[in-house]
Amino acid sequence: MKKILRHRRHPIAHFLVLGIALLAIGFGYTLLSPSNAAVATNARSQVVEEGRQIFLKGCSSCHGINAEGASDAPTLLGVGAASVDFQVGTGRMPLANTGVQAMRKKPVYNAEETAALAAYVASLSTGPAIPNAAQLNYERDGNIAEGGELFRTNCAMCHNYAGQGGALTQGKYAPSLMGVEVKTMYEAMLTGPQSMPVFGDRAITPQQKLSMIKFLKGIEAEKGQGGFSLGKVGPVTEGLVAWVLGLGLLIGVSVWLGAKSK
Amino acid sequence: MSDTHSGHESSGHQSSTALSPLADPGLPPHVYRRADTEPRAAKKAERQVAILFALSAVSTVAFVASFVGIEKDAFIFIPLFGSTQAQQLALGMTLALSLFLIGAGAVHWAKTLMPDHEVIQDRHELRSSDEDRQGVIEVFREGAEAAGLGRRSLIKRTLLGSMGLVTLTPILLLRDLGPLPGKQLETTNWEAGRRLVTDPDGKPLKASDIQVGAVAHILPEMPEGSELTLNDMVKDPVILVRLRPEDFNLPADRKDWVHEGIIAFSKICSHMGCAVGLYEQQTHHLLCPCHQSTFDVETGAQVIFGPAARPLPQLAITVDSEGYLIAKQGFTEPVGPSFWERSS
Repeated sequence: MKKILRHRRHPIAHFLVLGIALLAIGFGYTLLSPSNAAVATNARSQVVEEGRQIFLKGCSSCHGINAEGASDAPTLLGVGAASVDFQVGTGRMPLANTGVQAMRKKPVYNAEETAALAAYVASLSTGPAIPNAAQLNYERDGNIAEGGELFRTNCAMCHNYAGQGGALTQGKYAPSLMGVEVKTMYEAMLTGPQSMPVFGDRAITPQQKLSMIKFLKGIEAEKGQGGFSLGKVGPVTEGLVAWVLGLGLLIGVSVWLGAKSK
Repeated sequence: MSDTHSGHESSGHQSSTALSPLADPGLPPHVYRRADTEPRAAKKAERQVAILFALSAVSTVAFVASFVGIEKDAFIFIPLFGSTQAQQLALGMTLALSLFLIGAGAVHWAKTLMPDHEVIQDRHELRSSDEDRQGVIEVFREGAEAAGLGRRSLIKRTLLGSMGLVTLTPILLLRDLGPLPGKQLETTNWEAGRRLVTDPDGKPLKASDIQVGAVAHILPEMPEGSELTLNDMVKDPVILVRLRPEDFNLPADRKDWVHEGIIAFSKICSHMGCAVGLYEQQTHHLLCPCHQSTFDVETGAQVIFGPAARPLPQLAITVDSEGYLIAKQGFTEPVGPSFWERSS
C-alpha cells in the first residue's frame, strides 16, 4: 500500500484514480440496473396477476373466464383501463341486479383493487388508459365558452342543457353531471359507457373535453339568481308546480269566494 | 196510424191542461249571518279584516326593508330547492303576501259585513223610445247640413277617394311577409364532394377519427367566403354514427351509402323538426327529445316508435382523395317535417 501511496503525487495519478472510479460506476450500473428493471416488471405483473384473481372471482361469471364476453355481458377486450376505472370506480360494476342500466353506487372494490382490475384488463388488449392528474387540469387547459358550445351540441340533448341529466327510452337515463368527479366525466367521454356514445380524442380533442368539464364545473358552482330553479330540468317541474300548486291555490280561493259566510 | 197518433197527441194536450202548473217557489228565506245579528260578531269580523289589511302593510314594509337591507350577494339554502339569492326570494315573497292580504281582507269584509240581501233587478227594454230615435236622426241630418256635405261635392269626392286609397296600404304591408319560400324547404347545402365538418368547431373528419360506438354532430363545410345562415342551420345538421359493418340491415340500394360502418342521417326530425340528437350506443337507436320518436340506425333510421311518419333522410357518404369524409350526393328527399308542397 505504501508503495502505491508513494506515487500519489505523480502527474498520472489523478487520471488513474478518475479512470478507476468511472469504471467502477459503469460496472456497478450494469450489474444493478437489469435487476431493477426485473423488479419493476415483476411488480407490474404482480398487479396484473392480482387483477386477474379479482376478475376471476368477481367478474368472470358474466364477462367470461378470458373476458371474452357472453350473452348478457360485453367482451372487455379493447375497452381499456379507463373503462374499468369508470365502471368499477363509480360502483356501476359489478352489477347489483340486471336492470336496464347499471347505476352509480358505493364501489365494491377499493382503489387498489380497481387499479389492479384495470391493469389486468389493459394487459389483455389495447384501449384508452386512465387519464393522469396532469391530463385533467381543466382549470388551466379548458375554455369555458368553447366548452359551453360543445356541451350544447354534443351532450345537452341527453344530459340537459344545465347538466341535470334526463330520460332515455325504456327506463334508461342520462345521469346528472353535477358533483361528478373530473376523471369520471373524462373517462365516460373517452369510453362511452352503456347507452352513451364514444367521444374519441380525434373527434373531441382532450383540450375540448376539458373545456366541457370546465363549463360543467362552472354551472355546478353557480348559485341560483333568485327564485326557485325547480331542479333546472325545464318545463316538466315548472308544469307540475303550475298545475298542482298554482291551480290548487286558485281552486281553493274560488271555493272560499263562493262559500257563504256564517 | 197517423190518425191514432194525432188523436193521441190531442188527448195529451187535454190532460196537461188539466194539471195545475208548479207554483213559483220564490226565494228561500234569508239566512242572517252572525255578524248581522250579534254586534260582538260584527266587531270581531271588523277586527279580522283590519288585521289582514295591517298584515299587508307590514309585508309591504318588509318588502322595502329587504330591498334596502339584504345584500345582493347573500345566498340562503332552502331544503329541496337549493341555494338561492336571499334578496330576490324576500322581495317576491313579501310582495306576493302584501297583495294577497289586501285581496283576502277585501273578500272577508264583503263576506262578513257588507249587505248580502238578495236583490232583484229587472232587465230594462233594449229598444230606445221613439223620441230618442227620432232625435238621433235629427242630429245627424242637421250636422250634415251644417257641414255642407250636399253642396261641397269637391270635399265629399276627395274624402271618399282618399279613404278608398288608404285601404290599399295593408296589401303592401302583407306583401312584406313574403317572399314565398319557393324551393328552400326542399334543398340543403349538401352536394356531392362537400366535406363533413364537426359542429361547432368546423373540423373535417377522417373515417379513423370516428370510433365504433361514436357519434359526431356534423355541418357541411362551406366554400370560402360563404357562411351557414340560420335558415341553413335548421336544415343542414347531420348526425354521424359508427357501427360495426355487420350490424347493418340496410336496403340493397343503400349499402354503398355507408363508409366502413359510418352512417349519416339528417338530424332534423321528420315529425316536427327537432334535433334528433339522443343516440343510445347499445341499442343503436336515435331518439328525438321532443316527442320520443325513435329511429333504428341499423335499418336506415326506420321509425320504431313515436309520432314520426318517415325515416330520417340518409346522407350518402364516402371519402375524398385525402381521406376526409365527404357527401356522395345531396339528400335525395327534403329533410325535416312535412309541409304543404312537399313533393315526396
